[in-house]
Amino acid sequence: MAKKRLIQAINEALCEEMERDPRVILFGEDVKISLFGDTKGLAERFGEQRVRNTPIAETAMSGMAVGAAAAGYRVVCHMMFANFLYTGFDAIANQAAKLHYMTAGQIKLPIVYMAVMGAGRSAGAQHSDVPYPMLMNLGGIKVVVPSTPADAKGLLKAAIRDDNPVVFLQPARRGGEQGEVPEGEHVVPLGMADIKRPGTDVTIVAIGAMVRHALRGADILQQENISAEVVDPRTLFPLDVATILASVRRTGRLVVVDEARTTCSAASEIVALAAEQAFDRLAAPPRRVTVADVAIPYAPSLEKAVLPDEHTVVRAVREVVGARR
Amino acid sequence: MNTTADKTSRPDLLALYRRMLLIRRMEERLGDVVQSGELPGPVHLCIGQEAVAVGVCAHLTDADWIASNHRGHGHFLAKGGTPHAMVAEIFGRDTGICRGKGGSMHVADFGRGILGANGIVGGGIGLAAGAALSAQLDGKGRVSVVFFGDGGANQGVVSEVLNIAAIWKLPLLLVCENNGFSEFSPTSTVTAGEIAARAQPFGVPGVTVDGNDVISVWRAAGEAVTRARNGHGPTLIEARTYRWRGHVETERSFLSEKYREDDEIAEWRGRDPIVRLEMQVLEGGTTQAELDAIRAEIADEVERAYAEAMADPPPPDQSAFQHMLA
Repeated sequence: MAKKRLIQAINEALCEEMERDPRVILFGEDVKISLFGDTKGLAERFGEQRVRNTPIAETAMSGMAVGAAAAGYRVVCHMMFANFLYTGFDAIANQAAKLHYMTAGQIKLPIVYMAVMGAGRSAGAQHSDVPYPMLMNLGGIKVVVPSTPADAKGLLKAAIRDDNPVVFLQPARRGGEQGEVPEGEHVVPLGMADIKRPGTDVTIVAIGAMVRHALRGADILQQENISAEVVDPRTLFPLDVATILASVRRTGRLVVVDEARTTCSAASEIVALAAEQAFDRLAAPPRRVTVADVAIPYAPSLEKAVLPDEHTVVRAVREVVGARR
Repeated sequence: MNTTADKTSRPDLLALYRRMLLIRRMEERLGDVVQSGELPGPVHLCIGQEAVAVGVCAHLTDADWIASNHRGHGHFLAKGGTPHAMVAEIFGRDTGICRGKGGSMHVADFGRGILGANGIVGGGIGLAAGAALSAQLDGKGRVSVVFFGDGGANQGVVSEVLNIAAIWKLPLLLVCENNGFSEFSPTSTVTAGEIAARAQPFGVPGVTVDGNDVISVWRAAGEAVTRARNGHGPTLIEARTYRWRGHVETERSFLSEKYREDDEIAEWRGRDPIVRLEMQVLEGGTTQAELDAIRAEIADEVERAYAEAMADPPPPDQSAFQHMLA
């Protein structure tokens, strides 16, 4: 297995799926030149019919993805930065998320809306969001957030083959994490969490780029004889509740690390699930490690101040491990 | 209703007449049902605008796509949707085309290329452009049509789609039914310039037709469909027509004042597209007795659709929890 960046793993998945199925098409702004590298080489390889640069027109793009998918194609619509999902949100929230339901299953919409998400590069508040909480609330859209290159490849391949609209959010600033990526057919089913590190004293559920902080935090905690289990949901909707709660029941303690703003974050949902369904097994109140309810600031020092890192994770775990219910 | 289009061909006037009359009678009956309080949700009737849906859809087959809007019953029926399946849907019945989960604003029949009415003004425009992209990739000469109103014409997606459809030469018809009102606002108070003229800067043909003359609509749509099928790209058609009924049937219950004059409505009723077509049909040699026979058939068809739909059962409660994901 070769070591690759997350963005290269995504490129590999796109390439393999376009090779495998001639009905997979891809369009988006500047996908030929490819800002991030994820769509690099696709137009040369698969032609300018199947791979198209669009104008900067997110409302049309997100709606066209719905129409093209309804009419028989498997559409990958690259929205560039995740904040731009907001610009094209009508077709995502009102059309893609609802047409299968409103037509009692007549219309299937195999669409992947992909975008790079997250903060940490001083891109400012309009290029740094992680919009998955509101997407999770739509109900008709699967929401996928990989944390490793291998998962990115496997999940994207599954997303493209899925008959539902999927929003695939890439924590891929600077190309994302580096790691081993299986060659060829490597498919990670949607809706399955992954235990990234087993442990016994506390469950840390971490999403996307937060998985790295959780793993580093777990290393630090190990030196304090605290054994942390790190669970990566990978798919946020539908959420693998069984795997997450099984871990919480084993450890009796829960910390959720989420790059979203606190209010109605994915962390809020996971903590609610633990409170509802695993309350009797909790030895301490669960904790959310999230971004405060602020926009992502520009100055590097300010940005660092609002984002979770391994130190905030460690502090939260120490409190939860020290606390009793 | 599959008529091929070129400048010399003539429409099957009786086929157009039947379809327009079916829409009219279906909508009138629905208006009566609203009065009786038996309908669960809001309905937006297209009485007076029938010629647009019928004149355009006469050129389409089940393999072509349409996307419609909140005033979508006429498009559904013009494209070949089943009257009973539509009424049952509007009544929220299990036999409805969407099994009671969509309602009036979401009647869709995928098998007939009807991507659905749409509750979002302008919401169908991107969808139709996407279907046009699929049609282009398939290379089988299919076309895609979106019907929107003068209200929808003011959504930004119109210019986004005109631009992209022009660059990619998508087989797309943008059909604007200008019925004079953007909900409750007279079009002139919220719309600058001519809607058809909005195509010109994109190098897209923009034509204005008398939307109450089905033959004019049929001709303009025929040219646009031929252009699209031959790979020459999109056309914007603005059909000038008038909405006889309210924006929504129950509007008198919540509007505190009138937004149009009775004289204006009466004037447009005098330009009834169906009466106009009747006169043309009679001039063409069809007898009054033949027309009466068609009327009786349509009345019977409408009656059966309503009677059956009203007797149909509601969907089972558990279906509310199905179909969120495929």
